[in-house]
Amino acid sequence: MSNDIVTRMGDGERVQLSAEDIREDIRAGTADAAKRAGVPELTAEEQERLFDIVADPSRIVSVNPGEEVIVTDDGCTMSFYSGQDGGGVGVPLSRMQAVLTYERACGADTTSLGHSDYSYKPVKPIINFEANDYYNTSMMTTAPFFYGAQPNLGLYFQPDGPCPNAAELMPMGKIDEARRAQEEAAGHLTKDLVFVGRRLADVGLEGLNLDTSGSAGDADFMAALQAVAELKRKVPDLPILMGASGEFVLGMHGEVAYEGTRLAGLYPQDQVKVIETAGADIAGVAISTATTESLPYNLSRAVTFVKAASEASHIPVHANVGMGVCGIPMMEQPPIDSVTRVSKALVQLGKADGL
Amino acid sequence: MGMHIAHIMASCMGGIRTSGDLVAWMQMTRKMRIHEAKAYVAEKLDVGIIDLTDEEIMREIRKDLGIGTVTSIAGGPKGIRAKCKIAELLDINIRSVALFKSQMGFPGS
Repeated sequence: MSNDIVTRMGDGERVQLSAEDIREDIRAGTADAAKRAGVPELTAEEQERLFDIVADPSRIVSVNPGEEVIVTDDGCTMSFYSGQDGGGVGVPLSRMQAVLTYERACGADTTSLGHSDYSYKPVKPIINFEANDYYNTSMMTTAPFFYGAQPNLGLYFQPDGPCPNAAELMPMGKIDEARRAQEEAAGHLTKDLVFVGRRLADVGLEGLNLDTSGSAGDADFMAALQAVAELKRKVPDLPILMGASGEFVLGMHGEVAYEGTRLAGLYPQDQVKVIETAGADIAGVAISTATTESLPYNLSRAVTFVKAASEASHIPVHANVGMGVCGIPMMEQPPIDSVTRVSKALVQLGKADGL
Repeated sequence: MGMHIAHIMASCMGGIRTSGDLVAWMQMTRKMRIHEAKAYVAEKLDVGIIDLTDEEIMREIRKDLGIGTVTSIAGGPKGIRAKCKIAELLDINIRSVALFKSQMGFPGS
């Protein structure tokens, strides 16, 4: 009988690895994260605890009683009624029914509402519809109720938006033009984020989630930071969760800064600092999952990054644990054995305040 | 969908089944880290940290305080009525509650 341990690859495939191989993957994963971000590797004791979590023979693992954290979401309630491309299970529920089901049947700590596109730009022309749905549902919910979407700077470039397409200009060597296009797009994005946030704030918005900030690079991240700061000036009591989109901010522009900090290349331990400076109440961090590496490798990397961010932050840090981030396999139906191992490790070793 | 439920089972405080919503409010409104938020809520409820995720204890507390229970008790406060009490209990500003009170003409709104 084999003594190999059943685990997963980053694409979800079930594999059997020896204890030695798992320990080696954990060592390699933390070393890679530490080298990239310039943060400490996990200690030998932490690596051994991570091994115990990965190698636990149970199908499902969990934190110990008393160690639980807050679980926020990025449009989870949409997964009740949406289809495959939204990770949805296609149950014919209204948005309010989905929110209340998530709150009451699933016992979620917080709930949320979002537009099907899950970007802020498409919300602008239908803001009154969203405000109505938000207000009506907020009268029914007991748990904190966010409105969430992605800043998504990409929607502001031609042909979808008004600005010259930076991704087309750069290969032509038109770097200055590409930078100007991103700056112009960022200005539009900030205005839209503030517009939507303020209009929802008028109907009693309990919390705003700027999810996956920086997905189009550093100008996207900057626009989100500026929107957070502006919203906090105009609506100081509005709680804001700002989540990042990757383990480092892509330098698509390369030179934009926020309050003196150049944003390109920021790793999670520095991302949380600028998010805090902007005035957000909760910071989200996202670490990439490599599909060709094992769960122990990916999870070890994620724990190393998240632990450094948690230690650097003065505000709550929530680790993004959707498909393909923070060690969760990159697939449509992440296996529950891997999901719960990621969950437990990020709380116990990554010291996350939430997920 | 199953992924969210797996996280809830593995690491989540349990929302209105226990006190997860209360601790979440403290992270959102006071930027409290998880241990500080739990300690604050535990003090307000006069229970231990370990009790915050104990359904057997928290159910009775929630029922007695009228801050919403996960099973639906006819006539029991839920939604905005429960949140009015939660804002008072935790001494925080919940924006939907502030709007609701202003519309109802409550004293102090």
